[in-house]
This record gives sequence, structure tokens and C-alpha cells, in this order.
Amino acid sequence: MLTLKFRHTAKRRLAGKRVTAIIGVVASGNLEVLLERVLPGAECEVDIATPIIGYDETWKAVIDEFVERFAPGGLRISINDGGARPDTVFLRLMQGSALMEKV
Amino acid sequence: MMADAAFYGQASWFQATARQRVAGLLDPNSFTEFLGPSERIRSPHLHLFDLPSAFDDGVVVGRGRLDGKDVLVAAQEGQFMGGTFGEVSGAKIVGLVRAARDHKNLPQTVLLLLDSGGVRLQEANAGELVVAELMRAIVQARSAGVAVIALVGGKSGAFGGAGLTAATCSRVVVSEQGRIAVSGPEVIETNKGVEEFDSSNKALVWSTDGGKNRRLIGGADAFAEDSMEGFRAAAITVLAKVPTFDLKTMQAEQERLSARQERFGACDDAVSMWRILGVKDPEAIRDMDSREFAALASATKEANHDAR
Repeated sequence: MLTLKFRHTAKRRLAGKRVTAIIGVVASGNLEVLLERVLPGAECEVDIATPIIGYDETWKAVIDEFVERFAPGGLRISINDGGARPDTVFLRLMQGSALMEKV
Repeated sequence: MMADAAFYGQASWFQATARQRVAGLLDPNSFTEFLGPSERIRSPHLHLFDLPSAFDDGVVVGRGRLDGKDVLVAAQEGQFMGGTFGEVSGAKIVGLVRAARDHKNLPQTVLLLLDSGGVRLQEANAGELVVAELMRAIVQARSAGVAVIALVGGKSGAFGGAGLTAATCSRVVVSEQGRIAVSGPEVIETNKGVEEFDSSNKALVWSTDGGKNRRLIGGADAFAEDSMEGFRAAAITVLAKVPTFDLKTMQAEQERLSARQERFGACDDAVSMWRILGVKDPEAIRDMDSREFAALASATKEANHDAR
């Protein structure tokens, strides 16, 4: 199992009051994303566990792009991957942050 | 903690995740989860096999309301490891049923949204034990006056321990896509030969294990359309009349099963059973829509009984 950890300072704190949300399922080609509003300010942490090795750079690119575009400040994001493609990962991250922005 | 609002009403139960089903089944915003994903109560075994774990180990448990009535709910995620019973995923369901059994201040109705291929092979001993514990807990809870309702309509069906679990419930709701059995088709074919059960014959498999047959021969007590609203309506209907669990019910169940064995024991497919049931055009059942089929089943004697 490969574990990756990314730390970012986002452009701002993510809007909304929701404390936690989960989206997706650990299944083939899918993943689950758990979002928790537990970090101070605009800090953001992403923890990934994946059985697929060799895609560290791809994960980094997807997470960088997500943080840049959606500014998930304050969130700790934990991912259990089932071998999802980068587009699916990005979709789940977007769905997750949209859930957190709901009041 | 719930997912998108798109999964209500007419959305498919078969396609939905466990969380979407819980949201679509219960009254809006009434659900409170126990041991949610943030608590990270996960399988301690899967990492040994280099397999990814899930934050809820594939089971969502909690309480909510169904048509204003307080209920406890457990939902298996059929897409994660086939919805299997592992040490943790199983213990969450057992704990919920035992809680209902022991605490009269908790809701005295348990809804089990089964979607499982049975025991998780990577944690087989714990899984087998937990299925036995669950069946025992259900029987004890029913004896204590708790209604335990199985809802079956997910991608993994209710096989192995989940099939056994369904059989111990007060009432069973099934959709056309919901398959209920103990040994799966491939297992039967491997052990008894292709002459016994041809697992590649999908029409045979679905007509035997599928929801329509289970409903017609009394293995399920209500037939739901494959939607959130369909399962919700069927669950509300069966909850209105749950049999008391006593010696009389057990004897009625024993008689029902013996009579069924005698009546259908020689049949080699579902259509011949439907013919014996007196269905006028048994071949037409496969293509019948849910509403028409539900009406037919309600008018069929074998499908309706006071046992279980």
C-alpha cells in the first residue's frame, strides 16, 4: 500500500460550516474521499492510501490543481483509493468540497 | 454526512451507494450515523493483503425516521469488497441489533439494507462467526419484540451469510434485481456440476435467485420497485403488520417450508414453480413491470403467509 501526504496553504478558507463529508466508494476505478474541517486558517492536508504504485507525480498534479482551483483551506482530506483514474479523483474532490460548502 | 440530493424518489436503488440508499429511504435529514467515517473504525486485516480499507468498513449504521417512525438502520456497501461480512463490518450490524434487543428506549425497528456476497474471504473466520452472531442477535431481538426488516435490491444481492441473515428477519422486501440465496450460482455449479445449475445461463440464474421468484414462493414478503420511493413504500407497508415471534410463528414457518419443499422439490426451474402456483402465463412474468407483478404476487397464495 502506497501512502502519500500533501500539505498546502490554500488561497483562502473554504466557505460553509459543514464539519465533515464523505463521497465515493472504495471500489475498482473508484475511491472514497473523507473531508474534515479540522485545520486552522487556510491550511490543507491531503492523505492518500492507494494499492497502485508509481503514480506519485500524477497524484501530486491532481491535488495541486484541485487546491489551486477550489481553495479547500481548513480541510483535512483523506482518500482511500481503489485504482481511480485522475479524472475520477478530481470529480470526487470537487463533489466533496461542494458538500462541505453547503450550509 | 449524506450524499447528493439527486438520489431520492425515482433514483435506482440498485445503482445507489449504501449512503445514498439510507438518505433516500428515510425521512429527509432524519439520519444520525453511529461510528461514522471520521472515527475510522476500519478492518484490521485488509492491509495485510495490501488491499485498501474503507473508513466505515463498508457498513453504515445509525438511527432515523421512516414515515415518522423511529428506526435503526444498517446498510451494506455492495461495491466495497462485495458488501462482505468482515470482523468490523459485521460487528457494526450485530452491535446495532443487540442494542435494539437490550434497550427499550432505542427504536424497536431495525432495517437491514443487505447488499452482500457473504463472508469476506480475507477475514473468513471472523466473518463466519459474525454471521452466526448476527442470526442469533436477530432471533433474540425478534423474541424481545423488535421488528427486523431486510431490504434486498443491491448489486451484490444477499448471498451466503446475507442470505441466511435475510431468512432470519421478521419480513423481507425485495426488488426484481435483488437476488437472495445462500450458495451463489458459480458455487453450486462448481460443487454439483453444470447439470445442477448452469451459472452461465443468466436467465435461469436471475429467474431462480431473483426477486420475482423469491416473492412468488414466499421467500420475500413485499416486492419493491427499484427506486428509493419503491423501497420506502414497501418498507412502510410491511412494518404495518409484523408477525410476533413465538412458537406459533416458528411452527407456521416450519410447515410453510415443508409444504414448499413438497410442492416444488421436483421443479428444475422457476417457470415450472410458477406454473404450479397457478400463474396463468408464467413465461410472461419475466417481462412484467413492477406494479403489475406486485399485484400478481399479492394475489398468489404461496407468496402470502403469517409465518417467518
